[in-house]
Amino acid sequence: MTRLFDDNLPVISVGPAMFADSIRAAGGDALAVDWSPPADGDVRAAEDLARLVNQPDVEAANRTAFERYVAARPKLDGIAPARDVVPGMKARRILHAGPPVAWQAMCGPMRGAIIGAILYEGWAEDARAAAALAEAGDVAFAPCHHHDAVGPMAGIISPSMPVWRVSDAGSGRAAFCSINEGLGRVLRFGAYHDEVLERLRWIAETLAPVLSAGLEKLGGIDLLPLMAQALHMGDEVHNRNNAATSLFLRRIAPVILESDVSRQAASEAIAFIADNDHFFLNISMAACKTMLLAADGVAGSSMVTAMARNGVEFGIRMSGTGERWFTRPAPIIDGLFFPGYDARDAAADLGDSAITETAGIGGFAMAAAPAIVQFVGGTPADALRNTREMGIITMGVNTALTLPALGFAGSPAGIDARKVIDTGIRPVINTGIAHRDPGVGQIGAGITRAPLGCFADAVSALAARLEA
Amino acid sequence: MLTANRIFRNLYRDSITLLQLATGLAKREGIEQAGAVMASPANLALMRDAGLFDTAPDAGPNDLLLVVQGADGDALDAALDAAEDALNRETTATEGPSKIAPRSIAMALGEMPEATLALIATPGDFAAAEARKALNLGLHVMLFSDNVAVEDEIALKRYARERDLMVMGPDCGTAIVNGVPLGFANAVRRGDIGLVAASGTGLQQVTCLIHGFGAGISQAIGTGGRDLKSEIGGITMLQGLDALANDARTKVIVLISKPPSADIAEKLIDAASRIAKPVVVNFLGAPAAGDIRTASTLEDAARMAVELSGDGAVSDVPAAAPQPLTLSAGQSYIRALYTGGTFCYEALALFDEAHCSAFSNVPMRPEQALADPWQSQAHTILDLGEDLFTRGRSHPMIDPRLRQDRVLKEAADPAVAVILFDVVLGYGAHPDPGGVMAESIREATAIAETDGRTLAFIGAICGTDLDPQGYASQEAALREAGATLLASNAQAVRAALTLVVGRQARRAS
Repeated sequence: MTRLFDDNLPVISVGPAMFADSIRAAGGDALAVDWSPPADGDVRAAEDLARLVNQPDVEAANRTAFERYVAARPKLDGIAPARDVVPGMKARRILHAGPPVAWQAMCGPMRGAIIGAILYEGWAEDARAAAALAEAGDVAFAPCHHHDAVGPMAGIISPSMPVWRVSDAGSGRAAFCSINEGLGRVLRFGAYHDEVLERLRWIAETLAPVLSAGLEKLGGIDLLPLMAQALHMGDEVHNRNNAATSLFLRRIAPVILESDVSRQAASEAIAFIADNDHFFLNISMAACKTMLLAADGVAGSSMVTAMARNGVEFGIRMSGTGERWFTRPAPIIDGLFFPGYDARDAAADLGDSAITETAGIGGFAMAAAPAIVQFVGGTPADALRNTREMGIITMGVNTALTLPALGFAGSPAGIDARKVIDTGIRPVINTGIAHRDPGVGQIGAGITRAPLGCFADAVSALAARLEA
Repeated sequence: MLTANRIFRNLYRDSITLLQLATGLAKREGIEQAGAVMASPANLALMRDAGLFDTAPDAGPNDLLLVVQGADGDALDAALDAAEDALNRETTATEGPSKIAPRSIAMALGEMPEATLALIATPGDFAAAEARKALNLGLHVMLFSDNVAVEDEIALKRYARERDLMVMGPDCGTAIVNGVPLGFANAVRRGDIGLVAASGTGLQQVTCLIHGFGAGISQAIGTGGRDLKSEIGGITMLQGLDALANDARTKVIVLISKPPSADIAEKLIDAASRIAKPVVVNFLGAPAAGDIRTASTLEDAARMAVELSGDGAVSDVPAAAPQPLTLSAGQSYIRALYTGGTFCYEALALFDEAHCSAFSNVPMRPEQALADPWQSQAHTILDLGEDLFTRGRSHPMIDPRLRQDRVLKEAADPAVAVILFDVVLGYGAHPDPGGVMAESIREATAIAETDGRTLAFIGAICGTDLDPQGYASQEAALREAGATLLASNAQAVRAALTLVVGRQARRAS
């Protein structure tokens, strides 16, 4: 019998602590598992999981998917109207954050943002007409993720909006993200006032051409080294982008000034970026989406390739189950609220920005960003713990993204859905909180955790696929 | 002078890390000069000025560049390899003060890669899944959990057998592997007698008696109570038998079970008869078979094994005679209240042998079934560890309240003459089961006395002098409360039968 009667019998004990205690009291060697029912007590998912633990096909697929993710070298290589670059972007189509959701079911900020996008595109005269258009089904809606794109909060991308393009030469994949509008009254929080639409026009007509000229001169920007440096400067590149934005500006400003854009346009563009600590967020998101696209579509892999919320549902996608979404109701964020607001004012979890956590930064790299731990309701020790915990549910570390506070260990990356439900440790997400009503804006920030049920369903689906 | 370089595209490290790396490289034997930089134009210029190269390698600001210089090409390569290792190594997470306890078997195995067995004691709904995980990770399994479906047991055992792994259980209460007690197990010395048992308390009783006779245990493998049913086919017992046959430490093998299915018994006897080592079989209540040594009680099995082993000596412990009783006219019955299921079966078999009918919650034959397990009738033999009684509470070996209540209930019944009991010591068991039973005996005695009756309390302790509860003190507490203790359950049952049935026989004559 293999190894059973070897001289030692090191035992892993699952259940009451007394069994491990007895073994140790008798001089044996035992390690107790801090066990709780897998998948929140979903027996079927627990059984599906059991069949996939150490399953050779899954292990091999995960190695492939993870290697592809690690090998990706996202490069910011352009800015262009969505209709020209985003695959499948048709006229009268509006992309939104999270898994699919019908207009009738959408949360306030998303409806507001869609009204804004319809007005911006000139498809309707006023808000009432815009809503009627949406209601009548005269505009097609689709998740950004269905078009290799991502968007923060409501995540709205309409055909004439300029988008960042980030590509990876190795995998040949590219991802897209809108351009950050700043804080306050902005489209992504559902505002559609005139000032919002005017800013969007300025972004398309002034900012985008300036940035495009700069990027062209630079021949693009390799994003991983920039993001790695930002992690060393106190960003986790999701909720804190101060360093990354500064680094970006340092790269782009000189070449903008060398380009033949007008001095006025250059000056406005540079001032706009300098004023917006979050400017880099959308670039970070596109970079993360690119890295995860590289890992996508590996049959048998339990690597999570997207986590996204539409304000109603939280959804994930997994490499081995392709385009399928696994959803649960979006949680309400328990965070810190700006003066005058509380949890009753909050929209449920919203936005595609959890793509950063999916790629191993954001909440996963919280150890890098002690400056914002209080903002998201914790201590520096919590930040370290969060990152360590994420190390348990991930496949490895991204050696290109290191964390000084953890002895320059790579940031944990490659969420394994099996490990999430086996340990009950749910992915941590740093997030902003939107007001439930359109256009009010951000009212707080906090840390949330992905719902376990999404991962349980994903694992069951993978088990069914492998056994089919 | 030779120069070698290595470029890591798009890999960022801060300048302090790179400076340390370069310093380390320069200290190596055969290295004259070394540089490690992010290959910005300024850094490349510095390196050129330092004479590390004339023409800069094709590297940009996002690339990490290592350059070494020295006389020996092999030393240069070795230095670059070492630097590459260092760049990879520093990215593995360091263990910190806030270590997180393992949350899954896979995670525990990461921490204890040398582990060979998983002891699983989760609620039944999840037990099969946890066992499957352990098997997938290459671990043997002891499945303490009960309420696992037969289909799951079959699937798990077949799956394990394909992988040369063993599943002990489900509902496997005890085992001793390499001297390590698993679940409820007694502290016994190591020796050359190996056991495979489908009954937990059977295994405990035999190992304790072997220890008491001065011999020792090589391995004691549990199979779970259903292993010898036709559906399961005795997979684990056959595996255990085979493992013990090939185990150099084991000289004598003992197989213990409640009565198995006839086909399985035959298969086991056949397998046992082809082993070069002596095999003793005790299938409670099953008749002797072939040329295999068949023991009629657990105590007999222990005696035969010790004799075959040659270690220790079988001594006939003088059976303490039960105290003489003055029974009232209506006091006719034995009520046996067991925490150990196998003792219950053994008692039923011994009652049969004495041609004395009894009722039970775990009847061997339909006519023995109690109408209501909560209500004794005539002679009643109870397994208090059976599912019906343990629903919503721990096993009576851990939580004695169920038996405490039942003892008092029986004491109030004027038809009762003898209360028969077991006290199981060992790891996992209640810290003072003898003390608790002694207290119940005192209370029961008081109840009977108020009624003008006397009760006999006859029992056996299943334990050893090495058990954490302390055999001597447990024995003393019970004797002080008025219990009559015998060396084994079989002796206790026979003593009770002699006392009650003998008296009935006398009265009838």
